Amino acid sequence: MALPDLSPAHGATLPYPAGLRHQLFQYVVQLADTSLILAHRLSEWCGHGPILEQDLALANIALDLLGEARSYYQYAAELEGQGRTEDDLAYLRTAVEYRNPLLVEQPNGDFAHTVLRQFLFDVFHYELLSCLKAGPDERLAAIAEKALKEAAYHRKWSAEWVIRFGDGTVESRQRLEKALRTLWRYAAELTAPTELELGLQAAGLVPDYAAVQAQAAAYVAHVFGEATLPVPTGAFAQPGGKLGRHSEHLGYLLAELQYVQRTYPGLTW
Amino acid sequence: MDSKLTANSSQPTAQKIWQLLADVSDPEVPVLSILDLGIVRSLAIDGEHITLNITPTYSGCPAMNTIATDIRLRLLAEGYATLTIHNQLSPAWTTDWMSPAGREKLAAYGIAPPIDGTASGHALHLFGEATAVRCPLCKSGHTHLVSQFGSTACKALYQCDDCREPFDYFKCHA
Repeated sequence: MALPDLSPAHGATLPYPAGLRHQLFQYVVQLADTSLILAHRLSEWCGHGPILEQDLALANIALDLLGEARSYYQYAAELEGQGRTEDDLAYLRTAVEYRNPLLVEQPNGDFAHTVLRQFLFDVFHYELLSCLKAGPDERLAAIAEKALKEAAYHRKWSAEWVIRFGDGTVESRQRLEKALRTLWRYAAELTAPTELELGLQAAGLVPDYAAVQAQAAAYVAHVFGEATLPVPTGAFAQPGGKLGRHSEHLGYLLAELQYVQRTYPGLTW
Repeated sequence: MDSKLTANSSQPTAQKIWQLLADVSDPEVPVLSILDLGIVRSLAIDGEHITLNITPTYSGCPAMNTIATDIRLRLLAEGYATLTIHNQLSPAWTTDWMSPAGREKLAAYGIAPPIDGTASGHALHLFGEATAVRCPLCKSGHTHLVSQFGSTACKALYQCDDCREPFDYFKCHA
């Protein structure tokens, strides 16, 4: 039996001129890739969590992000209008075509590493979704309205763990500091606009990242303060993911993610 | 399952379709129907063509595909084959739409029903107090939150300090 048609009721009208629509398509794919890759990373913890309740928490967060990714991929497929489906976009593109920022493809490392990666993403994600919810694109606003409720809980989860690790034992603090030394360089890319994003900001479809960055930075400062951690001052930032220039990690990740679809093309069940 | 393979010769009526939808239950919590959950937003009938708008609960809820399939099968069993189901994202689903009957059924099943008005305030308070929830089994008010993330996206895990049993709480989502 074919999968039920869950096409959104609001998908019928696409008022954008072709050029702008294509740019928006690329941006929505970027949003989708970001949530998908992070969801995949979190799902790698399933069955391996440090304790049962946190194993569940990681799986729950992964599922929320996967659902969000699906909504974006479905919208992107409609914007593209070339007959590609959410599955084609998720499973049949190559690594250089992915547009997620580098942060989310980094390996899980230990629990402290995963917590910090999640926190750096969540503070940005919460602010971005707040802006998209109030933005002019109806579909993005609807997706963001839903995802924001979930992102609030993700941010609470990761912030509380950052505080527990930072203001915890000697070992927990060392593990978090080690994670920070590795991951901090990937945070800036989240709010460093690419040409694509600048164009869409000018068209009013993507929020001003300076405002998003300011809010996120304030929250980071607050949580790091509670965690008795200094906010790093190093200016070095490693970009590239949003332009398709990925670390070596993404290739291995996609090999796992895409294996079944590529081995049995057109598989349905 | 008693299935009519020929198209139903009588036109579908809203009343008939709503009755059939009441037979479709949440696959995770089978005591609840999709009408109890408040995820069926609207029904339109144009001659033989039925259009249904449903709203997903959580972004990643894996039950939504199953529910859509079950709706289709239930209607098909009565001969109603011309059906389109739309996923309506906005306004976003909230537990406010859960019926009072649904809440009672949840409690009887052993899942603490959502307490209105307790949603995202908690998400913004780090290490804040969790929602106070009564134990659905022994009814004690002495319970504590074990984890905000439970067995499914919609549930949190609590434990009763009196009878010591763990139980699920259907989170207020508003």
